[in-house]
Amino acid sequence: MSFAFALGDRYVTRASVVHRADGRVKLALTLGYVLLVSATQRGEWLALVALALPVVALVGVARLPPGVVLRRSALALPFVLAAVPLAFSTPGEALGTLPPFGWTVTREGLSALATILAKSWTSVVLATVLTASTTPTELVHALRGLRVPALLAAVIFFTYRYLFTIGDEGSRLMRSRDSRSAAIAGYRSGGTLRWRASVLGRMVGTLFLRSYERSERVFAAMQARGYDGEPRFLDPPALRRADLAAAVLLLLYAALVQAYARVG
Amino acid sequence: MSANGAHPQLALELRDVEFAYPDGVPALRGVTLEVRAGEKVALIGANGAGKSTLLMQLNGILRGRGKIRVLGRVLSDATVREIRALVGLLFANPDDQLFSPTVLDDVAFGPLHMGLPKPEVQRRVAEALAQVGMSGFESRLPHHLSMGQKKRIAIATVLAMGTPILALDEPTASLSPGARYELIALLQSLPQTMLVSTHDLGALPGVFGRVVVLDEGRIVADGATEAILADHDLLHAHGLDEAHGLPHA
Repeated sequence: MSFAFALGDRYVTRASVVHRADGRVKLALTLGYVLLVSATQRGEWLALVALALPVVALVGVARLPPGVVLRRSALALPFVLAAVPLAFSTPGEALGTLPPFGWTVTREGLSALATILAKSWTSVVLATVLTASTTPTELVHALRGLRVPALLAAVIFFTYRYLFTIGDEGSRLMRSRDSRSAAIAGYRSGGTLRWRASVLGRMVGTLFLRSYERSERVFAAMQARGYDGEPRFLDPPALRRADLAAAVLLLLYAALVQAYARVG
Repeated sequence: MSANGAHPQLALELRDVEFAYPDGVPALRGVTLEVRAGEKVALIGANGAGKSTLLMQLNGILRGRGKIRVLGRVLSDATVREIRALVGLLFANPDDQLFSPTVLDDVAFGPLHMGLPKPEVQRRVAEALAQVGMSGFESRLPHHLSMGQKKRIAIATVLAMGTPILALDEPTASLSPGARYELIALLQSLPQTMLVSTHDLGALPGVFGRVVVLDEGRIVADGATEAILADHDLLHAHGLDEAHGLPHA
């Protein structure tokens, strides 16, 4: 099985308004919206729900399979784990103690944890919508459009371009190893754990050396076609008003939700 | 036929082997083939005909539907390791085959994995390198060798395993005429049962008594080498000749 298949491209092919929208607008909207969501204060439940609603609606409009979105949004979990101590460390009304350590859970602490959970989940789902509705190439062009330095955009582009090439090369090496991993009657096959680990370690080293040498060949091929160290991208198409209007409206909405939450 | 239905002198026995890649592209559409022990069979066919996919079925690197027997043993999860000691597979690209930092590590990998005692491993490595004419290259980096040298080392990694059957994917591809000639002579001299995919029609008569033609995942012809090579219509129909010769300048 090829590495690309196993890893899976993030893009989910659909013909939706969200897929057709300009990558730059989607990227800017995602960044802005995530920033606004993160500004929500502890226990502002109404605001959190109001901020999550448009994100859920976007999943629907983009016609993304809810299962896929849920699975990918699990990416938020490790960050939430890091916030778990907040439930114990925030001073406030005691709710109970954790038996073995005697740590005290407070109402304020639980509220802080739930707020972080809601904020990070909303943000990750929105980012999932972005990556599932925008091709990686379009995302790199979007970065350029948002004035990310050309060199950095090029690095991201090449990382994506060669991730699968190098991954596939790695899986072909593994296949060759498996092909010669035989057993014969009367002998203990497979060698020691230490030997197998050293074989794998040397394979990783081999893959690194080859990738390094490949980068030199790719660079030579780029120079042969006139590359002078300055990455160039095709001029992006003009921004569409409908995309811009939708993004501005969504950001305004999120800003208003925050403003009301602060006042009320 | 023996009691369990296996034919004792058959080295390879494939029944209705089908295989599709994960993206859904069918690569083998029901291949049935028998190779007798000691036979040297060439597998020809246009790019994408399914030759490599077929070879990778033989030691279970790719697993499809259908039945495969190797020297009477049915290929299954339980027997795959044992069958890899019977079928030595050479990948078309030596850069895929050679995964170790030195030639020695790579050639010794198969015998070491089998758990053979150290003197036997050393004997096999030395013998395999001598067979391909690469003695003295033990400490070299495989990926810094020439294509011809890499091909030979790749073959040595398979020979060192001592498998009675060789499944070789385009062993003479991208070799200079001299290196190609030496490789053909090596294939001639080896006693193992062989199934060899190739585009090198010129090398067929000297090495292989039998040729199997594959097209779009099916066997479309199987016969004596002279008969297949003389059938220009057949070769033309399956993209194996240059039609009317190359255009002149």
